[in-house]
Amino acid sequence: MAAVPDSGDLSMSSRLLGWIDARFPLSKLWREQVAEYYAPKNFNFWYYFGVLATVILVMQLVSGIFLAMNYKPSSAEAFSSVEYIMRDVDWGWLIRYMHSTGASAFFIVIYLHMFRALLYGSHRNPRELLWIFGCVIYVLLMAEAFMGYVLPWGNMSFWGAQVITSLFGSLPVIGAALVEWVRGDYVIADPTLNRFFALHVAALPLALVFLVIAHLMALHEVGSNNPDGIEIKKLKDSNGHPLDGIPFHPYYSVKDTMGIAAFLVVFSAVIFFAPTFFGLFLESANFEPANPLQTPPHIAPVWYFTPFYAMLRAVPSFAGTQVWGVLVMGSAIVVLFFLPWLDRSPVKSIRYRGPIYKVALAIFSVSFIILGVCGMKPPAGIYPLLAKICTTLYFAFFLLMPWYTRIDSVKPVPQRVTGHA
Amino acid sequence: MNDQVDHSRRRLLTAATVGTGVIGVAFAAWPFLASWMPSARAKALGAPVSVDASKLEVGQSLKVAWRGQPVYVVRRSKAAIEQLGNHDGLLADPNSRDSQQPPYIEHKGAARALNPEYWVGLAVCTHLGCSPLGAFEPSNATQLAGTDLGQGWPGGFYCPCHGSKFDISGRVFKGMPAPKNLTVPSYTFSGDALITIGVDAASKPA
Repeated sequence: MAAVPDSGDLSMSSRLLGWIDARFPLSKLWREQVAEYYAPKNFNFWYYFGVLATVILVMQLVSGIFLAMNYKPSSAEAFSSVEYIMRDVDWGWLIRYMHSTGASAFFIVIYLHMFRALLYGSHRNPRELLWIFGCVIYVLLMAEAFMGYVLPWGNMSFWGAQVITSLFGSLPVIGAALVEWVRGDYVIADPTLNRFFALHVAALPLALVFLVIAHLMALHEVGSNNPDGIEIKKLKDSNGHPLDGIPFHPYYSVKDTMGIAAFLVVFSAVIFFAPTFFGLFLESANFEPANPLQTPPHIAPVWYFTPFYAMLRAVPSFAGTQVWGVLVMGSAIVVLFFLPWLDRSPVKSIRYRGPIYKVALAIFSVSFIILGVCGMKPPAGIYPLLAKICTTLYFAFFLLMPWYTRIDSVKPVPQRVTGHA
Repeated sequence: MNDQVDHSRRRLLTAATVGTGVIGVAFAAWPFLASWMPSARAKALGAPVSVDASKLEVGQSLKVAWRGQPVYVVRRSKAAIEQLGNHDGLLADPNSRDSQQPPYIEHKGAARALNPEYWVGLAVCTHLGCSPLGAFEPSNATQLAGTDLGQGWPGGFYCPCHGSKFDISGRVFKGMPAPKNLTVPSYTFSGDALITIGVDAASKPA
């Protein structure tokens, strides 16, 4: 759409667009990022979760802004202000349940989004940086979720914060001072709540939005991967468009809208009929106010942290310190960043990989889910042993990857994407 | 005028400018990082607390809040103190090597107190931070929180959350969920029974 400012016969809207385009690359952005962004034509179900994560991010931002209008970040008022939102503010319950359910939905969608990368090799060359941006988003999201969980100042909020900030205390030398610095007091107290609020509503969302933009810029620079793990840019038509690519708009904008609608049906059902989701999304121990003198009988984080919490507990303390569990838990996240370089398979997609990777991915996925269950249960009976085994399997998946992906058999990769498109 | 660019001079100036900038940023960052430390108000609330324990009868205890945490002061009977050395074999850490206590408590042995008659310690379980209950008299049939503390209970603390048992010096028994003995805070005597919690006792030779 070339701007022709002198033509008198242009409509009002075209003239306005021309005026804007001369001052801001509006049409250019639309063309490059949406209308002429060519995505592979063989996207399947797994490719919904990126756009769903974006939708949830927006919902969390909007519902969070409106919650902040009635929430009071002080240890004296926080709990009652949340009750006030739930009972007295018109539609306050809906806004809060959107936000609390949105947090869990965010992690469901992000975990599936990451699993998609493991299936189709979306983290592989040339998308390493895209993957790393995603990992940073994941880490920030965990920090955001943890701090958000503290804000209602229920008893589980308080003791969860106590346990998590105590983790820093196990670091040698600097530990004790670091804990005091994070808490801003000698115990979890008003300053802790107040700074978590500031980070939760301003610093981390800002960082998240910037990183999501960087994630999308990196994606649109290298182009999307697809279920066949083939670079569609290799084969282009006479116009220079990928042969196996279709414009994001209208093809995928319509497909994604349909996915968003389906997601919202499920999401609304949870909000309206099971907002606590049987104690998984909102824990019952958090329905009583923070009490520094009384610990809940059983402390468990929200479900999306439980795999890592299980790893923390699976490692026994030795040499007089419990820092090892903290290190293992941290490594479980750090190892994700190295995934693009751990995978040495000549093919990207699971469709052309051999049996070893398929079995490894299955064992890994099951281990991760079992770890999640172990983290919710008290550390007694079979669970500590299960957690130890699954922690080992989790790390084996990553650390043995350079070897088993290299010896694994592969099938020939086609030139063009497959499927029924 | 010389058209040649002096690259080494330019590199030096760039490095010097960047270096100065980094130092400036570090100085500017300091107030923000330091603002996360406990504020003057938090420090004031964490100030030492004085307790007059002279009104305590033998076998009684009182709890005071110090830095937002409950602190026990227990006046122990002679019988309870004399029992202390008898059950070292049942304890996880009888000499408190892995447990927190000020250095001037270390050579006090099983009493873990400046004055064996008054035991001072945090009423915060080292397991998950619950507040243990006290059953200070040695007895064979002590019931606490619906739990039978067992034959030959030497007197001590019982945590109702997860069942950790401690002796009357706050030393944890073996096989309990709590990994360490109850913490002894810094404290000092300003009189016979006037205890100041949060101030170190002057280290005197034993």
